Amino acid sequence: MLPCGTNAKCALAAVRNPVKFAAVSDETRQTESDFPPIRDYALIGDCRTAAVVAKSGAVEWLCLPNIDSPSIFASMLDRTRGGHFTVRMAGGEMVSRRYLEGTNVLETTFAGPDGRMTVTDFMAIAAEGGRRLDPERELVRIVDAVEGMPEAEIVCAPRPDYGREKIRIHSRARNGWAISNSGTHHFVHSDVQLELRGMDCLAGRVRLKAGERRRVIFTCATRDPAIMASAFDGDRKLDETTAWWREWLSQCRYTGRYVAQIQRSVLALKLLDFVPSGAIVAAATTSLPESIGGGRNWDYRFCWLRDASFMLRAFADTGFQREGLAFFDWLMHTTQRTQPHFLTLYDVFGRTDVSEITLDHFTGYRHSAPVRIGNAAKDQLQLDVYGEVINAAVDSIRRGNWLTPSECRLLGKVGGVVCDEWRKPDDGIWEQRGMRRHNTYSKVMCWAALHDLVELADKGVIKVDRDRFVRERDAIRAEIMERAYNAEIGAFVGAYDETFVDATALLMPRTGIIEADDPRMVSTWKRIRERLDHKGWILRYEHGTDGMEGNEGAFGICSFWAVDYLARAGELDEARARLEKLIAEANDVGLYAEEVDTETGEFLGNFPQAFTHTGFINAALALERVEEGRKPDVRRRSGKGLEHGADEEGQAELEPETET
Amino acid sequence: MIDTAFHHSWLFVLVWGLIATAIMSTVTEGAQMLGISRMSLPFLFGTMFASSRHRAQVIGYILYSLGGLVFGLVYVGVFYTLDYSSWWFGALMGFLHGLFLITVMLPTLPYVHPRMATDYDGPTSRRRVEPPGPFGLHYGRLTPTITVLAQALFGLVLGIAYAH
Repeated sequence: MLPCGTNAKCALAAVRNPVKFAAVSDETRQTESDFPPIRDYALIGDCRTAAVVAKSGAVEWLCLPNIDSPSIFASMLDRTRGGHFTVRMAGGEMVSRRYLEGTNVLETTFAGPDGRMTVTDFMAIAAEGGRRLDPERELVRIVDAVEGMPEAEIVCAPRPDYGREKIRIHSRARNGWAISNSGTHHFVHSDVQLELRGMDCLAGRVRLKAGERRRVIFTCATRDPAIMASAFDGDRKLDETTAWWREWLSQCRYTGRYVAQIQRSVLALKLLDFVPSGAIVAAATTSLPESIGGGRNWDYRFCWLRDASFMLRAFADTGFQREGLAFFDWLMHTTQRTQPHFLTLYDVFGRTDVSEITLDHFTGYRHSAPVRIGNAAKDQLQLDVYGEVINAAVDSIRRGNWLTPSECRLLGKVGGVVCDEWRKPDDGIWEQRGMRRHNTYSKVMCWAALHDLVELADKGVIKVDRDRFVRERDAIRAEIMERAYNAEIGAFVGAYDETFVDATALLMPRTGIIEADDPRMVSTWKRIRERLDHKGWILRYEHGTDGMEGNEGAFGICSFWAVDYLARAGELDEARARLEKLIAEANDVGLYAEEVDTETGEFLGNFPQAFTHTGFINAALALERVEEGRKPDVRRRSGKGLEHGADEEGQAELEPETET
Repeated sequence: MIDTAFHHSWLFVLVWGLIATAIMSTVTEGAQMLGISRMSLPFLFGTMFASSRHRAQVIGYILYSLGGLVFGLVYVGVFYTLDYSSWWFGALMGFLHGLFLITVMLPTLPYVHPRMATDYDGPTSRRRVEPPGPFGLHYGRLTPTITVLAQALFGLVLGIAYAH
């Protein structure tokens, strides 16, 4: 294996110039056997794209210019073809890692016989934005020698377009290096002397004295002539970016017991926020596997409408009203082309052309193939989405948002779609392919949609066929109680006439369809704990339910749903114990993936996962509310605010929620 | 032959100058959107006068449009001087104009543009705009082709307009 993790050209260069090539140490090689655990990753970003950084000092995933663009570094999915950008200490080991307080600036400390050094990684953000001439995107890596005379080692092996495109790296003399390919152009600027290895890899080493600093900056340009980065500007960018994140985080209203963890979670969610549109992607990555060696590898760099109400609540309850409402506005705007029907997911600009293909030239993380880009789940019928969107709309009204007349009419039309379609089997929240069922959670969310719409109609916010909505709503509930509750096993099952339990049953009290302490919910929880609970982590459903080979891990968000359920049921001690165990299981920088291997504790699935972090925030806040003697959710306002909604101008509006 | 009164009017020159500029812009902007070339004369003009990306874009397009009108006048002046115009003659003028642009103007730009880095000095806090390099090749391999093609189209449109 070669230092650049690369190809025949590098091999040829190595043969021709073995001494120079050997200057890059073996430690920077990326071999197929050394995929780091997903737990070892951290994320940095600029709210447009994000980079995954391993403990080794390697950027193993970065898409440019946007978070859903093709990758430029993807060794996370293929050690030889993916490409990486490593900055580390030669002969040293990573000894600690942290985000600078209140920021998404990552600092990794290496130590070895030669001394100690830190690598500070971030994507530059400036408050001025486009009012200044800055590169479109800037990945900045700053090396500081702390003790002794550590030797910093840099290897940059870009592989554009998921490693499908050949590149050539050209020297631009004092303007660094240019990486030419057919699409987005990339540039490397550094105050470290870099050398070309082969035609497609840059590398360099520099020995530093304590107190010395070096920088390396990776930028891109898509349309216009590039704005060149100056390596020395890295210091100013660090100050600006740190200040920006701290200023943003200062909006946080949460001051409870888990302030550090909650702040880290909202910072992680902000990294998944695509600010040009307000969309929030489900995760920054694609195809990190839900089971090692298995085929459950999906692209999560899209926006699921289902996440709306969870996201809105997580942001708004912690003081970030703007982010929550921006996501809701994106949702209302982006679905215009398909309204009143909703697709399951959209891309960050609201486009629906997200066809799924496999990247067969990639091995996949630890040989978990296929690697997929795009997501075929967009064409599925997932009826719970309607309930989540309606719930988000109602929640946003409660929080002081207002709806336009057309949005009010849309809500009514969505209710009509729910009335028409709730009897159909669907693909469900877990997007199981090729096996439509009468999923209980889908029915519950259809009930919730009509329940909320009837409430809005009663308050005069919207005008709908109320009698029909009430009739269908009651019919849904009657059917759920009759067909979804299996008296023999004493549980609400995952789908009608089935016997497996599904963790989504834990959300039923949240919708109001049943009380958490109802005997049927209590017995359902008992069954879930028996069948799905593994050391505090909750599987989404029983193994074998989805018909796919291999077992998957436990779902992070389901585990937090259990905390939320227990808080609502008044089981506060167990809720607290579970929550604290889950908090302890976050990785060293406070991030969660989608799933956890129940045997080894390793993370599985895409990383970091917005759904898991919203689950944590919502569960922690619900528990603290109940412990303080309040209701677990933002309190529903009396009809006073609602009554002046849907006025002559047609704007539905509620007074903002205030704590009592 | 140019023989009608309308052909002699300033309005005619301005209208066709604008049309030719619009067509040339469509080609260069289209090439940018397709990822063929990052060459953007409006951006380069704009950054000469503004350090804000937003303002540079606006100023650049205004200057670029005015420049199109000025060059339209120059082309028409040549037509009148030679008392000849045709589509191929206009295209030839544009082609030569394009060649001049990529061989002389673009490589000289770093030395007159206050915010453009040079290959010798590197970027400083003020000189940050990427230099075009020989023939504008830094902005993409097809930049010379696109630039010359766009200029040739500019001349062709004016040549057609004055051929009647």
